[in-house]
Amino acid sequence: MGLFRILTEKPWLHSPQTPEGLTFEESQISGSPQKTALLFFMGVVFAVFGLFITAYFIRMELDDWRPMPESTLLWINTLVLFLASVVLQLTYNALNSDRANFVKLGLLAGALLTAAFVAGQYTVWQQMNGQGYLINSNPANAFFYVLTGIHALHLLGGLWVWTRAGIRVWTGTNPEKERLAVELCALYWHFLLLVWLVVFALLSYT
Amino acid sequence: MTTYIPIADRDEELHDHPHSFITKWVFSQDHKVIAIQYGCTSIFVGLIALVLSGLMRLQLGYPDSFAFIDPADYYQFVTMHGMIMVVYLLTALFLGGFGNYLIPLQLGARDMVFPFLNMLSYWFFFISVLILLASFLVSGGPTGAGWTLYPPQAILRGTPGHDMGITLMLASLAVFIVAFTMGGLNYVTTVLQARTHGMTLMRMPLSIWGIFVATILGLFAFPALFVSAVMMVFDKIVGTSFFMPAILSLGEAVDHKGGSPILFQHLFWFFGHPEVYIVALPAFGLVSDVISTHARKNIFGYRMMVWAIVAIGALSFIVWAHHMYVSGMNPYFGFFFAFTTLVIAVPTAIKVYNWVLTLWQGNIRLTVPMLFAMGFIFTFVHGGLTGIFLGNVTIDLPLSDTYFVIAHFHMVMGVSPVLVLFASLYHWFPKMSGKMFNQTMAKVHFWGTFLGTYAIYLPMHYLGFLGVPRRYYSYGTTDFIPDSAQTLNANITNAAIFVGIIQMLFIINMVWSVFKGKKADPNPWEATTLEWQTPENPPGHGNWGSKLPVVYRWAYEYSVPGVKADFVPQTIPPEEVEMEEGAGPYIYRGEEEHA
Amino acid sequence: MPFIVVIVLLVILTLAFHFLSPWWFTPIASNWGAIDTTIDITFWVTGFVFVAVNLFMAYAVYRFRYNKNRKAKYEPENKKLEMWLTGLTALGVASMLAPGLFVWADFVNVPEDAHEVEVIGQQWQWSYRYPGPDGILGAADSDKITPTNPFGMDIDDPAGRDDLLVNSQTMHLPLDRPVKILLRSKDVLHDYAVAQFRVKMDLVPGEVSYLWLTPTVAGTYDILCEEHCGVGHFIMRGKVVVEEESAYNNWLATLPNTAQLTAQLQGDAAQGQAFYAVCAACHGANGEGNIALNAPKLAGQEAWYTKRHIQYFKSGVRGATPGDTYGPQMAPMAATLATDAMVANVAAYIESMPSTPAEQTVTGDVANGGRLYQATCGYCHGADGSGVWAVNAPALSGMSDWYLVRQLQYFKSGVRGKNEGDEYGHQMTAMVTGLADDEVINDVVAYINTLR
Repeated sequence: MGLFRILTEKPWLHSPQTPEGLTFEESQISGSPQKTALLFFMGVVFAVFGLFITAYFIRMELDDWRPMPESTLLWINTLVLFLASVVLQLTYNALNSDRANFVKLGLLAGALLTAAFVAGQYTVWQQMNGQGYLINSNPANAFFYVLTGIHALHLLGGLWVWTRAGIRVWTGTNPEKERLAVELCALYWHFLLLVWLVVFALLSYT
Repeated sequence: MTTYIPIADRDEELHDHPHSFITKWVFSQDHKVIAIQYGCTSIFVGLIALVLSGLMRLQLGYPDSFAFIDPADYYQFVTMHGMIMVVYLLTALFLGGFGNYLIPLQLGARDMVFPFLNMLSYWFFFISVLILLASFLVSGGPTGAGWTLYPPQAILRGTPGHDMGITLMLASLAVFIVAFTMGGLNYVTTVLQARTHGMTLMRMPLSIWGIFVATILGLFAFPALFVSAVMMVFDKIVGTSFFMPAILSLGEAVDHKGGSPILFQHLFWFFGHPEVYIVALPAFGLVSDVISTHARKNIFGYRMMVWAIVAIGALSFIVWAHHMYVSGMNPYFGFFFAFTTLVIAVPTAIKVYNWVLTLWQGNIRLTVPMLFAMGFIFTFVHGGLTGIFLGNVTIDLPLSDTYFVIAHFHMVMGVSPVLVLFASLYHWFPKMSGKMFNQTMAKVHFWGTFLGTYAIYLPMHYLGFLGVPRRYYSYGTTDFIPDSAQTLNANITNAAIFVGIIQMLFIINMVWSVFKGKKADPNPWEATTLEWQTPENPPGHGNWGSKLPVVYRWAYEYSVPGVKADFVPQTIPPEEVEMEEGAGPYIYRGEEEHA
Repeated sequence: MPFIVVIVLLVILTLAFHFLSPWWFTPIASNWGAIDTTIDITFWVTGFVFVAVNLFMAYAVYRFRYNKNRKAKYEPENKKLEMWLTGLTALGVASMLAPGLFVWADFVNVPEDAHEVEVIGQQWQWSYRYPGPDGILGAADSDKITPTNPFGMDIDDPAGRDDLLVNSQTMHLPLDRPVKILLRSKDVLHDYAVAQFRVKMDLVPGEVSYLWLTPTVAGTYDILCEEHCGVGHFIMRGKVVVEEESAYNNWLATLPNTAQLTAQLQGDAAQGQAFYAVCAACHGANGEGNIALNAPKLAGQEAWYTKRHIQYFKSGVRGATPGDTYGPQMAPMAATLATDAMVANVAAYIESMPSTPAEQTVTGDVANGGRLYQATCGYCHGADGSGVWAVNAPALSGMSDWYLVRQLQYFKSGVRGKNEGDEYGHQMTAMVTGLADDEVINDVVAYINTLR
């Protein structure tokens, strides 16, 4: 349903039954409210990171900017998060093909991989701190810590989505809700992987 | 007709009916109770901010008479007054209060889509208010940085509350943003997915359109405040240099270098300008419904009104730097932002035209809500027009940072939205409480507020032309401010104190009416929208009894030719509409037009 | 019905207020008359809309007041009317925006022949720098600021050696010559605003912003800070004197360059000792003060402050005001220090004296005084009352408390701080309004006594 057609209808003219008017179903957004809310939430998170990154570019132009060294560990962490995202997608696929055992395993594996990623990020922090790249010694460092920190916090916040999915899967009373919960969980992880890839690219190439 | 079960009416989505006092009135998940909680909390902090403004005005009007207000106090009053009014009163009351109350009721839903999240939203808001008020108690007091909280000043020693005060303020804002995001996701999702059968998007009352678009603005604008607050907290506590350049502060070198104070301003106003419309758009929506109902006429140009709301919302994200014409940013930006800012005047003007054209050939009942709505049109026209002065980059040169700015934004986003709040509170009070308010007291309240505020702000513009700067504790002697300006300032203070006191009438009226007021008719204004058609008054838990309402038409079916009554509620089936003698059956004007 | 009358009256009243208001733009003193023209155009357009919309509203409310036998017209929209209104509004908006943008284009393009002047802001004072004969301002940075280099001049930059420094709050500008004013801040945001010039711009720490104008009317105008800069924002005042080219050049000739200013600020304590004998008679050999002779303690005060105030006594800025009972005694004494160098040397000697806290003679409510001190005085004079040279705030702790009481009373009654030549005195007269009466003054001074 085109937004244009919705916004140009003359609401005083027709009834829902008349053929020329929009029916109520046509003006509805399909999908579950949970999904809609998550999409909007991802929009909010996108705005947060978008603004941080804009500020990053503006601040970068000033002359005291000294880029951080690269860390190999970040590449490994990226791989781990990528795997977490893939595993959760496979879990969702498995749910559709009724391989119940794999679903529980997949959810657990996804959580473990995510924990490994967060731990890995923390290790990078410690490395950087140890080498004297303190948060207040240069704005590039400050952005590094803040961006990675906020990203990790959003992943930890994902635990809430994950727990919901876990409860649905373990109780297993409502297959439709179970599928939705796992789908949203996977979706959120893909989104945070994408955000991380952007942040990582930004930190590595500037 | 396909069988459609609206989301909010699916069995498993309905939460249990609350039984104990605690679940019914404290940790309630009912949107109506949450709305009232939001309303009472925000009005309470609003009263604190009102008292602060009174103290501030006493100092300005009588600079030598109130020794207990020292300069630090004054700047703290200014700051807290501004921040509380903009964020904790206006934003919270329009969206948390009216958004919560009206969205499910006007859309025919049983509740918000996520009632638990809705309850959390209120309690996070409550915590943010507690943190905010705590700053009055810590050593050094609340921040006195001005509501814009500009660094470097906000976190340096020369500003009151540079230590605990500013930290608590930023923390409170962060919690508020979390609360708003939880509420906002709820409002947006409910509007998109929980409308009852027949309620298409273009059949929604304009109140919902205003609240809906404002919520989207809030969801995407508040992150900018969040980001700038996070970065400022790091500058303050960890010693980073996001915004802080090398500085010699009161003789001491600070441990920062290279940061950009203007970067903060860009982030702040990227939030701050949409924030103006986060307050204004719900006001536009609510006042449209009030005007249409009491003028007994459909809102003129409904579609144009919706488009204007959407257009203003979109444009509000590309005008922010008009707050920064003289900030020292690249002056070439001035061309772009002056252009976009004046473009936004066009959809805004259309809204004003449509309000007054709704009056034309109406059948106007000058009830209390209508009086406030008319007062709003007057003040909004005045405040909107002075905005054209400030938005036009050249004129901003002499006028920015003077009393003209104060007068302008108080007219346009202080007095105007507040008049709408009163219009709406009086309009929906019979629904919320089931009681009628006292008409006489309400009328006195209107005249006092309307005339009093105009007496405050009209002269203030002229002090601005003179060049009297804002945020001055006292003026001392200058070569261009005559003594008469001080006399005028004293009169402004008298008017402000009068307006402050007369607000007590409102509080008394509301409290008295809740307990002792006459029982109200379920639809005292003879309105068409759904909330007036509930089976119980005030609506009970779940709003609609056993069966959700079905919507047959748009929200503005007033004074339809041939129909006996001068309004047709959205829920009445066409065949049940009573017609005048000899008028034939009730038809959709669609068929009429196509014939 | 009363509503309609009130709306019509309000419209009339607004117009009357507008045309009769004595509060209006100050007479313009720069080339920016085009700004005033833009404002006039905007007034006519917006004024028309204001009157038209509100009268239309009042008429509609009157004409279509409720009548239960009548029905409103059912009219969802009227495309033609809406299009017309949109078009006319767009036209009106364009008529206001276009002149504004033309003037702005003038404002952002500084004329080639404009000379440069630097304005420096700090909490809560102004100072100024002129480029000297080479026409170039040398490098300067706030991390190079010291008591003898208050401008933070980079002494390695040759372009800065001939820069002329104004270590006070009054600047001068020549008539009818375009000037580009460069704006620099030592600490926080400030805003350089002169109502008569019409233009203003923020000072941003870490950056240099600018504005330009051509002064067209000779006179002295107030410079106000118009960007909130902390608790002393309202006392941040300067003056700009617009004068003929020749007078301007004469004034420039009196200004010190960096080296000269440093020399002026540095006295020689050893040489000052000899001249101190005159002072010792009353203030004591060790500058400890003598309450019986109404001579306050001097030891413990830094040289920049003592020097400035000896000069004030010499020139009659202090001590000549009616009501200042003991001030006149200082004028002849100060006159014995004939040259600026002698004054500087004595001040340096006084700074070098060992300081022991003066005897306490004032009592009061220390808790109340402390609250007031930290909310008002402490920002400039320091939380410990030891004074802050960077903001021209003298030491208070350990000084003669009876003298502090008297000076606060003088500031409050206007005996001190109102003289034109007293650069920073007006800041004190503005700040002491928070001290209600003598009892409160005693409270504050009693608190200062606890700061040791």
